[in-house]
Amino acid sequence: MQRIELRKVIDPLPIYTMWLREMKRFVRIKARIVGSLSMPFLILVFLGLPMRSVLVEDIGYLDFLTPGIVGMTLLFSATMAGASILWDKEFGFLKEVLVAPVNRFSIILGRSLGGITLTTIQALIIMGAAVAMGFRLSSVSGFFLAIVVMILTCATFTGFGLIIGTRLTQAEGLMAIMPLITLPIMFLSGAFFPMSAMPSWVRYVMYINPLTYGVDGLRGTLIGPAAAVFPLWLNFVVLLVLSLTLATLGAYSFSRMEAD
Amino acid sequence: MNNAIEIEALTKDFSGLIAVDHISLNVEEGEIFGFLGPNGAGKTTAINMLCTILNPTSGSARVCGYDFWQQRYEVRECIGIVFQDPTSDTFLTGKENLDFHARMYHMDRRTREQRIAEVLGLLDLQGKENTQIQHCSGGIQRRFEVARGFLNHPKVLFLDEPTLGLDVQTRRSLWDYIKMLNEEEGTTMILTTHYIEEADYLCHRAAIIDAGKIAAMDTPEKLKQAVGLNLISLQVAYDDSLVDLLKQLAWIKRIEARDSSLELSIDGGEEKIPELIDFTDNHNFVISSIELHKPSLEDAFLHYTGKTIRKEEGNLMGLWKAMMTRSRGRR
Repeated sequence: MQRIELRKVIDPLPIYTMWLREMKRFVRIKARIVGSLSMPFLILVFLGLPMRSVLVEDIGYLDFLTPGIVGMTLLFSATMAGASILWDKEFGFLKEVLVAPVNRFSIILGRSLGGITLTTIQALIIMGAAVAMGFRLSSVSGFFLAIVVMILTCATFTGFGLIIGTRLTQAEGLMAIMPLITLPIMFLSGAFFPMSAMPSWVRYVMYINPLTYGVDGLRGTLIGPAAAVFPLWLNFVVLLVLSLTLATLGAYSFSRMEAD
Repeated sequence: MNNAIEIEALTKDFSGLIAVDHISLNVEEGEIFGFLGPNGAGKTTAINMLCTILNPTSGSARVCGYDFWQQRYEVRECIGIVFQDPTSDTFLTGKENLDFHARMYHMDRRTREQRIAEVLGLLDLQGKENTQIQHCSGGIQRRFEVARGFLNHPKVLFLDEPTLGLDVQTRRSLWDYIKMLNEEEGTTMILTTHYIEEADYLCHRAAIIDAGKIAAMDTPEKLKQAVGLNLISLQVAYDDSLVDLLKQLAWIKRIEARDSSLELSIDGGEEKIPELIDFTDNHNFVISSIELHKPSLEDAFLHYTGKTIRKEEGNLMGLWKAMMTRSRGRR
């Protein structure tokens, strides 16, 4: 009896299946790959490269910008990965999933893990492009810690996207409000400018922005603790708490979706 | 025989709009049962409740012996559904969609491969399984949906408007597949339709449903019989003596004489035709043609609900609107 109950909550095969579907779709929809990678790439090329020798907070702007752009990629892709549940709903696919004898939590876990995997891969591609342009990684251990920061940031924004996607009923509406939601998060995260350059009241807004900790964590791990505003442990703790909270809220929001 | 489905006073109230109104019925194992009614009669709502994705307002139901609300998980294991709107992932191939479905039903690799090959064969889909769904024709897409509904050996298969929007030929071939699957696998089927001929062709029993209520429920034959007697149109060079002779036959209820034909309302069906031919032959009258007209299920629908089923082909805009209304209604 106990075993069956557990299988109902964490169901490996459906989790893997949902994950696999996200992978396959991503490879099939070429426009999505190009679309999601081109903007961060162009920003690196047209903003990071020309200004690479301009010093910001004692480091070159390309070095300063790269963690920010990686963070931006995470923000856009992860939020979209979560919110795209709305498409599944609109095109009926969700129904087919909801009548399967699989716990809701497993369904959304598999789907989100797919989104997190894809987003992390995209972030790594962008990072690779930055390295090719002259971004210097501090250390191997820093790189692996950065991946942990990326995954936590992804989980946070996938959960956030899920909450948005499950609340809305029309895909057109989602496309319209997406920039309204993501752009302020991006600009108020310190991705493009140092926090210290902002007036103090803006800084308070930045403190409650999850991406601030993601970008700062990436700077701390990729460049070195000196480049970060907050200590590394603080970034990790905040991101861990946020990702667990938002992912749970997102999953809850999804499980409510089946009821009328 | 056991009941695959037992429904007791099932009701769904969308804040004031009563879509399903105290429906009670049983469906036997192996039966093809149809909900016949116009769009908006509450057929899809009833199906959605039975397949556990919509909360009922009141009433109860047992599907495969499990309570449809308390034991949702068990119910989901033993049912298959072909939804009214397509639910395949259009970027995946037909086979990938089937494979996805099989995994969601916890089938291991061997069972999966075997069963997928089996349903592909049953529905003549070999050679089409590696095409992305978005590139398949409507009929093929629909067949993949039916194949998927069948994949997990469901005891009960729900088919919500299975042939909506398909052309006549594709529809007919899909009917034959459905019939064959019912016979081959003994699957109980619940289908909804607003096509009279579909219910007539497929269903062992049908419920005529209108405004959320069951107006009548019986075999298509009996539903039609209740409407009225069969009519025989007899082209014959007759005189009054024949009319008088025919009046002696007990199963002829009414005779209407026309210029060159006799319209006979009869108590019975095809079996009376040879009898009638022999009878007129023996009295030396020559029949030039004979035609039997049975009341259609459409006549039955009119009889029970006082209105005709709107002939509404599924066009894309209509489907879209219905979809949007439904998703709003669910909020």
